[in-house]
Amino acid sequence: MNTLPQQLANGLLLGSMYGLIAIGYTMVYGIVQLINFAHGEIFMTGAFGAFTVYFYILPDGVSMAVAVPLMLIGGGIVAVLIAVGAERFAYRPLRGAPRLAPLITAIGLSLALQEVVRNFYPGADRAIAFPGLDATHEIGSVTIKDADIFLIVAAIICMSSLAFFVRKSRTGRAMQATAQDPDTAQLMGIDTNRIIVIAFAIGGFFAAVAALAYGLKYGNIDYRMGFLMGLKAFTAAVLGGIGNIYGAMLGGLVLGVAETLASAYIDGIPGMDKLGGQSWANVWAFALLIIVLLVRPQGLLGERVADRA
Amino acid sequence: MTALLEVEDLRVSYGKIEAVKGISFSVEAGQVVTLIGTNGAGKTTTLRTLSGLLKPTSGKITFDGQPLSGIPAHKIVSFGLAHSPEGRHIFPRLTIFENLQLGAFLRKDKEGIEKDIQRAYDLFPILGERRNQAAGTLSGGEQQMLAMGRALMSQPKLLMLDEPSMGLSPIMMQKIMATIVELKSQGTTILLVEQNAQAALSLADQGHVMEVGNIVLSGTGQDLLHDESVRKAYLGED
Repeated sequence: MNTLPQQLANGLLLGSMYGLIAIGYTMVYGIVQLINFAHGEIFMTGAFGAFTVYFYILPDGVSMAVAVPLMLIGGGIVAVLIAVGAERFAYRPLRGAPRLAPLITAIGLSLALQEVVRNFYPGADRAIAFPGLDATHEIGSVTIKDADIFLIVAAIICMSSLAFFVRKSRTGRAMQATAQDPDTAQLMGIDTNRIIVIAFAIGGFFAAVAALAYGLKYGNIDYRMGFLMGLKAFTAAVLGGIGNIYGAMLGGLVLGVAETLASAYIDGIPGMDKLGGQSWANVWAFALLIIVLLVRPQGLLGERVADRA
Repeated sequence: MTALLEVEDLRVSYGKIEAVKGISFSVEAGQVVTLIGTNGAGKTTTLRTLSGLLKPTSGKITFDGQPLSGIPAHKIVSFGLAHSPEGRHIFPRLTIFENLQLGAFLRKDKEGIEKDIQRAYDLFPILGERRNQAAGTLSGGEQQMLAMGRALMSQPKLLMLDEPSMGLSPIMMQKIMATIVELKSQGTTILLVEQNAQAALSLADQGHVMEVGNIVLSGTGQDLLHDESVRKAYLGED
């Protein structure tokens, strides 16, 4: 159970989840230079959306093979609507305002979403049991759950379709143009407001995918689940180079593997025997962020932003 | 005959500061019209207002018979108004080819787009040679060529060029000006904003001199070129 291959697999799985959420931070930042600190809560609402479909809409005893796709749709709709609504009603009116204003708004929105769920979602004042996908498979010395398979397959599909969309589609090209120079993009005939909405929607959907995987894997959800996951995913986005979608994927994986290996093995190093275990995982994750920011402030794949000619 | 572009009593403000204070001018189809003047005269503000990036506080803009007020920037290009902005503003991390494609963003005719990309390569051979290179790696003059080529990709009825010679070497500047002459001879209607008054006036049909938000003098390019006050103020003669 604690072999190196197993730890690596655990790290990559956790990292895929970070990467999926990190996409939402990085796309929005790349286009509107806004850190959407409410994105962790968009992830959380995605989990509650998926749970709502399972618990309140589907009949008892429904097979998970049927339930999971429907939960994905439910969670996706909720997260996308909240992400797009946040853009439309909270951030868009502040476009052109000093940077601090949308940032404070994002933090406010994050708290508001938590409190709305805690106060109005039945039973959400404590953790809610989420249907798990707990059947296990042995691959060599590695044991993984069905939930892990869902996570890894979903992450690969999401990431590769996003890469294809951004590079090859007309809208993807317009998205790159908007990120590089929004005024000039408008001169080309690109409706930049629409592009911004699409970026928020994609981020919201990916967060919902991650949220469903989280519930299936860990077996419970709560109104605060978005805080730490959001912070970690934001760390992953910065680690990889914020604004760069490949950076978000890589940053997620690096962060997931690093924190998993560190919490598993660091107590074996002489003199560090008290620093091991899960309780230190966050310390290692943020320590890694600090090191990367010192050595390579633009992130692993980030470009130094050259002055515009 | 009505003009292609008709600007009447246009006013534009940044907050409390009025940058354009009620100017009127027109551009006939097939003409090259230039706005000259020093920094801060309101030339760029005028172009940015025409293309919808700035909202006028009052005044009327009529293009090809249709009023342009209240129309967002991303829709204006479809009326046939293309704007090559000051400072070139090419998309640095996209290739030259992709930049040109974006110039034709609203067009659906694939074959026509390909033909026009080829035309841009013919007009500026260096763009063709470097078509798959990131546009940010081009020199200033090459970026200017790309910005002009990209603006032409929308098949505009009116091409607005803002300071195409800015920051270029004299040789490159001549090249750009020669291209404007060539476009003019092909019948392209151009509204040219320039600080290089000599070059702009010698190829323009009509010229307007702007000073702190007003048009203070108008005439044919040749008239202005020989006007004593223009020679003193803008052509560096005493």
